[in-house]
Amino acid sequence: MLLRYLLLLLLFLLPVKAFALIEVNITRGNLNPLPVAVSPLSIDDNSKNGLEKILKTKNLGAEISIVVENNLKQSGLFNPLNKDAFLQKPEIANLKPRFEDWNLIKAQALITGKVTLVDEKLRVEFRLWDVLAGKEIMALAFTTVPSNWRRVGHIITDKVYERLTGEKGYFDTRIIYVSEEGPKTNRIKKLAIMDQDGFNNKFLTLGNELVLTPRFSPTNQMVTYLSYFRNLPRVYLLDIETGMQEVVGDFPGMTFAPRFSPDGKKIIMSFAKDGNSDVYTMDLENRIVERITNHPSIDTSPSYSPNGKYICFNSDRSGYQQIYVMDNNGKNVKRISFGKGIYGTPVWSPRGDLIAFTKLHKGKFYIGVMRTDGTGERLLTENFYQEAPSWSPNGRVLIFYRETKTNSKGEGFSAKLWSIDLTGYNEKMVETVTDASDPSWSSLLNN
Amino acid sequence: MNRNIVISFGFHITLVIITAMSLPFLSKKPINLPLIVSVELIQITDKTNIPFAPKAKKIIEKIKEKEKKLVSKQAPPKIVKKEKQDAVPLPDEKIEKIKEIKDEKQNPKKVETEVKQVSEFEKKDIFDPDSIAALIDKSKVESAEKNKKLEKVTQDQDKSIDFSGLSLSEEDALKAQIFGCWSIPLGLPYNENLLVRIKLQLKPDGSIIRSEILDHARMNKPGQGFYKVLAESALRAVKLCQPLRVPSTGYERWKELQLNFDAREMLEG
Repeated sequence: MLLRYLLLLLLFLLPVKAFALIEVNITRGNLNPLPVAVSPLSIDDNSKNGLEKILKTKNLGAEISIVVENNLKQSGLFNPLNKDAFLQKPEIANLKPRFEDWNLIKAQALITGKVTLVDEKLRVEFRLWDVLAGKEIMALAFTTVPSNWRRVGHIITDKVYERLTGEKGYFDTRIIYVSEEGPKTNRIKKLAIMDQDGFNNKFLTLGNELVLTPRFSPTNQMVTYLSYFRNLPRVYLLDIETGMQEVVGDFPGMTFAPRFSPDGKKIIMSFAKDGNSDVYTMDLENRIVERITNHPSIDTSPSYSPNGKYICFNSDRSGYQQIYVMDNNGKNVKRISFGKGIYGTPVWSPRGDLIAFTKLHKGKFYIGVMRTDGTGERLLTENFYQEAPSWSPNGRVLIFYRETKTNSKGEGFSAKLWSIDLTGYNEKMVETVTDASDPSWSSLLNN
Repeated sequence: MNRNIVISFGFHITLVIITAMSLPFLSKKPINLPLIVSVELIQITDKTNIPFAPKAKKIIEKIKEKEKKLVSKQAPPKIVKKEKQDAVPLPDEKIEKIKEIKDEKQNPKKVETEVKQVSEFEKKDIFDPDSIAALIDKSKVESAEKNKKLEKVTQDQDKSIDFSGLSLSEEDALKAQIFGCWSIPLGLPYNENLLVRIKLQLKPDGSIIRSEILDHARMNKPGQGFYKVLAESALRAVKLCQPLRVPSTGYERWKELQLNFDAREMLEG
C-alpha cells in the first residue's frame, strides 16, 4: 500500500514537459480549376470492331473520355490535363494506376474506365481516383444502347462533378431554345432542342408560326411556350417524347410568359386584356384558372420559388419596371429591386437562394443575380443586348442569349447562346447550329 | 489791400518753412523704434509628462540661443544683489520683485520664465536649465531600464510561445503555403457548419508522418456528403503542400499540428 502511494507521489513529482496542440485556422484557399487527368477509356479489340460497325466511330473509349473532358473544362472548375503527358496506358491505369506517374504531371484526380460491347449493348465502367491519397473514391458501370454513348459521357461527368465539388452536376441535361434564321425583318423562328454541350440538335416545330419563350417542365419532358393561334399569342404545351401539343386554356385575350410550377402540375403565366396584364395560374389536371395579381399595372414574367411558396415577377406599378416577390396566392407583394435602371425576366434559382434577372441601365443590358430579399445584387455580365437568363439544374450556371453585330463595322445581326457561372468569370458561348435565343435548361435527365 | 496781401504771404512762407524744418528726413537723429519681440506659440499638451522632456530641452536650447543674441544687443540684465537673495523676503520686497519682472518683460533676464510659458511639464526638472544635462542622463537611464524591461517581456513571451503556439510570422508562412494548395470545392453550401479538423504528425523537415481527420465518423454518415467532399479536399491540400513550411527550431513544439479548414468565408464571397 505504502509502495503504491510512493509510486503515485513519484508520478506527480516527475518533471513533465507538456506542449499544447498548436491549432492553425485555414480560412482561405485557391479557386483555381482542379487538375484532372481523364485517361481514355480502355477498349478491347472485339468491342472496338463491333462498336465501329454500329456507330462508325473508331475508338469509342477515347470519344467518351473527350466528352467527359470537354464537360469538365466547360464547367470552369476543372483543368483536364493534356493527354500527351500521360505516362500510363489506359488499360493498365484502369486496373491499378501508378500514382507516382500521375502525381508527376500534377494531377489531383484521375478518371479511368473500360468500354465493352456485350450482347449488342454498350457497357461502360469508370473509376475515379484520388491521386494524392492514392485510392479509388468512386466506381460505377452503365449499360445502355450504343447510340446513347454521349449521354454516358455526361452521366460520368455528373458523377465526378458531384463527388469532387459536393453539388449535383448539370451535364446530362438538354436545352430548349428558339432557333432563328433569315433577315431580321423576316425571321423564321423554330423550337429546337439539344444536349447542353450543343450536340444532338433537333427542331421541334417547322417555323410556320412564330414561337417564343419555351420553358422546360422541372419534372418531365414537357415544354410550355408562346406561339400564335388565330393571330393571338397563346401559351402552348408540348410533349417532347410524343410530339403532341395543345393550347393552354381558352382565354379571351393574349397569354404569354409561361412557366411551370416546381411540381410541374401548374403553369403560371401573364394574361393581358384591355391593356392590363396580370399573373394567372392554370392547373394542368383540372384546368382551373386562378388569378394571382390584380393591379392596373403590367405584371409579367412570373417565376415560382423551388418550394412553390413564393412567386417573383416584374411589374411597373412603381412607375418603372421592377422585380417583386409575393406569396403563391398573390398576397404580401414586396418590391425587392431598388437599383438604378429597369429590371426584368426574374428567375428563381433551383437552389432557392438567388433570383437571376436582366437589367437595363444607361443603354446597356446586364445579367445579374440578387438574393431573394433583394440584397447582394451582383451583375455578372454586361453587353449591348442580352436577356432571358435560365438556371442550370444545380443553380450554378446561367444560360442566356446575346445579340451582336456580325462585323466590326456594326453591320449584320447575330443572336447566340452564352453561359456564365455565378463567379462571373467563366463566360462561354454555347455552340448552336443556327442563331439562337430564349434558352431554357432542363432538369437532370437521369433523376 | 497790398499790405494785407504781404502779411498773408509772409505768414504762408513762415508756415512752409516751419513745416519743412520739422520734416523727419531732415532730422539727423535716429529714430528709436521699439524692439520687435518675437513670441513663439507652442501648444501645451493637455497632459504633460516626462517623455516630453527631450523636446522641452530642444526648445529651451533654442530659446537660450535667442536669448544670447538678444542679450548681446540689448542692455545687460540687472545684477541681483546677494544680500537680498539671502535675506528673508519682506512683503514690500515681494512687490518690488513683481515690479522688476514687469519692467523686464521685453528684456527677459532669465530663461525660467520662458520655460514656464513653453510647457508646464515637470517644472521641478526643467526649472533649472543647468540640470538639463542631468535630466538627459536620467532619461537615458530610464529608457535603458525600459528597454531592459521590454527585453524581459519578449523573452517571457518567447517562453510562453514555446508552450502555446507558433509566432505570427511562422503561422502566416504556414497558412500562406496551405492557402495555395487548397482547391476549395465551390459547390459546398456556405450556410452549413462545415469545419474540418485535421491532426498532423510531422517530421522535423515538415513532411507528414500521419494525417487524421478528427471527426472521421461524420464522413460516412448519411447526408454528410458535403463534409466528406470538404474533408477530402483538405487532405489533398495537406498532402500537396508537404513538406510544410514549419519553423526551423522547436520541433517538440510543432511536431503535432491541428489544421482547422473552414471554407465559409470564401464560399460566401
